[in-house]
Amino acid sequence: MFRKISSKSWFSTAILAGVLFIFSVVSLFVGVIDMNFGDLFSGGEKLELFFITRLPRLLAILCTGTGLSVAGLIMQQLCMNKFVSPSTGATLSSAKFGICLTLVFLPASLTTIWTRAIFSFVFAILGTWIFVWFVQRIQFKDTVMVPLVGIMFGNIINGVTSFVAYKYEITQALSSWETGHFSMVLRGRYEIVCLVVPLLILAFIFANHFNIVGMGKDFSQNLGVNYKFVLFLGLTIAAAITASIVVVVGEISYIGLIIPNMIAMFKGDKIRGTLVDTALAGALFVLICDILARIVIFPYEVAIQLIVGIFGSILFLFILFRKLKHGRKAIRLNKKEKGGESA
Amino acid sequence: MNVKELIKKYDGKAVVDSVSFEIQKGKVTSLIGPNGAGKSTVMGMISRLVAKDAGIISFEDKDLSEWKSRELAKRLAILTQHNNVQMKLTVKELVAFGRFPYSGSRLTAEDNAIIAKAIDYMELGEFEDRYIDELSGGQRQRAYIAMVIAQDTEYILLDEPTNNLDIYHATNMMKIVRRLCDELGKTVILVLHEINYAAFYSDYICAFVDGKVAKYGTVNEVMNKETLSKIYNVDFQIMEIDGKPLSIYY
Ligand SMILES: Nc1ncnc2c1ncn2[C@@H]1O[C@H](COP(=O)(O)OP(=O)(O)OP(=O)(O)O)[C@@H](O)[C@H]1O
Ligand SMILES: [Mg+2]
Repeated sequence: MFRKISSKSWFSTAILAGVLFIFSVVSLFVGVIDMNFGDLFSGGEKLELFFITRLPRLLAILCTGTGLSVAGLIMQQLCMNKFVSPSTGATLSSAKFGICLTLVFLPASLTTIWTRAIFSFVFAILGTWIFVWFVQRIQFKDTVMVPLVGIMFGNIINGVTSFVAYKYEITQALSSWETGHFSMVLRGRYEIVCLVVPLLILAFIFANHFNIVGMGKDFSQNLGVNYKFVLFLGLTIAAAITASIVVVVGEISYIGLIIPNMIAMFKGDKIRGTLVDTALAGALFVLICDILARIVIFPYEVAIQLIVGIFGSILFLFILFRKLKHGRKAIRLNKKEKGGESA
Repeated sequence: MNVKELIKKYDGKAVVDSVSFEIQKGKVTSLIGPNGAGKSTVMGMISRLVAKDAGIISFEDKDLSEWKSRELAKRLAILTQHNNVQMKLTVKELVAFGRFPYSGSRLTAEDNAIIAKAIDYMELGEFEDRYIDELSGGQRQRAYIAMVIAQDTEYILLDEPTNNLDIYHATNMMKIVRRLCDELGKTVILVLHEINYAAFYSDYICAFVDGKVAKYGTVNEVMNKETLSKIYNVDFQIMEIDGKPLSIYY
């Protein structure tokens, strides 16, 4: 449609995809057991290893990175707030609460990964819906208040989770989901995370709907878009993506917050134009963090959440300062407009 | 479009009180009146953005509530008084949303032609790749109007379209309204505070005071000293220029 812009946008997508591919290959050959490209063809134990751990790990990383960043993108758009994301919108903590409940209340025979997934999905959706409903009810459009409420709400849920876990002595079992890591990703117990792929396709199909709903209720209605339906659909997609990731790798923060913001700085808020880049950048970020997590104390590895936390907080501060600068400009414009209307 | 006994209450207080009127098809109708008179609320109700508490709104011989929202979006477009400006969308992307009711996410060549024409109408060519949150208030207002024009509906509702516009662009805007009506046969309903624009460019004027219709009629019927003074509580003089009434107030 826009020749000049679109050629540039394909360029960034292509570069991201290329770099992601290179790092994916690197990731496949980093590990305690030395493996090189030739081993894949000689078969035997190493090939086994490749399919049991290395490939699942890579797929899980890619799904996690793309999933969380796109979930964040959708939530930010629908809530009209750049600081809402699975970790600042109570989605992650609710998903963990769901997992905690399965560990406590379901008999051991029923606690498969699937029941955990269903529970965390249901609670992630409930938590997100309640949060958004509350935010819309209160109607404070203060940019910082909304995520603060989300973080508080999330902390309350985390508190309840810890309490339940403590009371039923499952703190140990639950800790595996507290700090996300990929070391337990093995064939046979990670596949759920691939649910992210169809959900991403769904998100892409509805990208313009999310954009329109992000412009407000009146704007949507004028264009004949069902505001409530799209809002619920989008939040449900974001929650489902989050839940299917949490249940496999545990909690990883920041990704849904920083990646969409970084991409939006360069490419704007039209989701059709940014969704693919956001997904690729998210995957790349997680992939690089994971490679670092595996080599900093080689031959051991640290939980990826730690690495993501360090880089994430630095990037987050960077975004925050930029937003503050930009935010001042936006506030001044708003004031001018209000003055004009009441005059 | 026909409106009967329309009522809207906020906190028990009727802000729109038994309003009835009929909009003439293919004409320009201006709604005028003091702040808080209920103009925007009426606009909201007749465009299904605001729920009514009582009354009947029939649009094209069918009750408004029976229309499918998507269908209605091809027949009636509204520019609201307040618009969200936080999104980083380019002018062109915003205007393209006007085609959404027709083509969804897949724009046809025809859609693109209509979008380009709407941008041209509002003289936004040089801004089309700029982000709307980085435009001036008036430039942004024009971008929103262009979107409504791209929606290409029979009925066009504009709530204070001249808001933020300089004299050149406001006049241009009113001329476009006239052209939309005369050349393309569209029905335009406007909320205006500049009475002289209303007098010059519209066919009918509907004056609101305190949630009620104070006067509804042709321009000449409404534009007289007594009526206007009563509506606004300000002294008026009416002069005539080019056969059209012009008001002076002080
Ligand atoms: N959402 C709302 N909640 C409560 N009261 C409202 C709401 N919207 C409008 N009102 C009230 O209804 C009355 C009419 O408002 P409306 O916006 O229709 O006025 P208006 O004629 O468009 O005024 P203006 O010229 O200032 O735009 C006002 O007194 C306003 O305070
Ligand atoms: Mg108004």
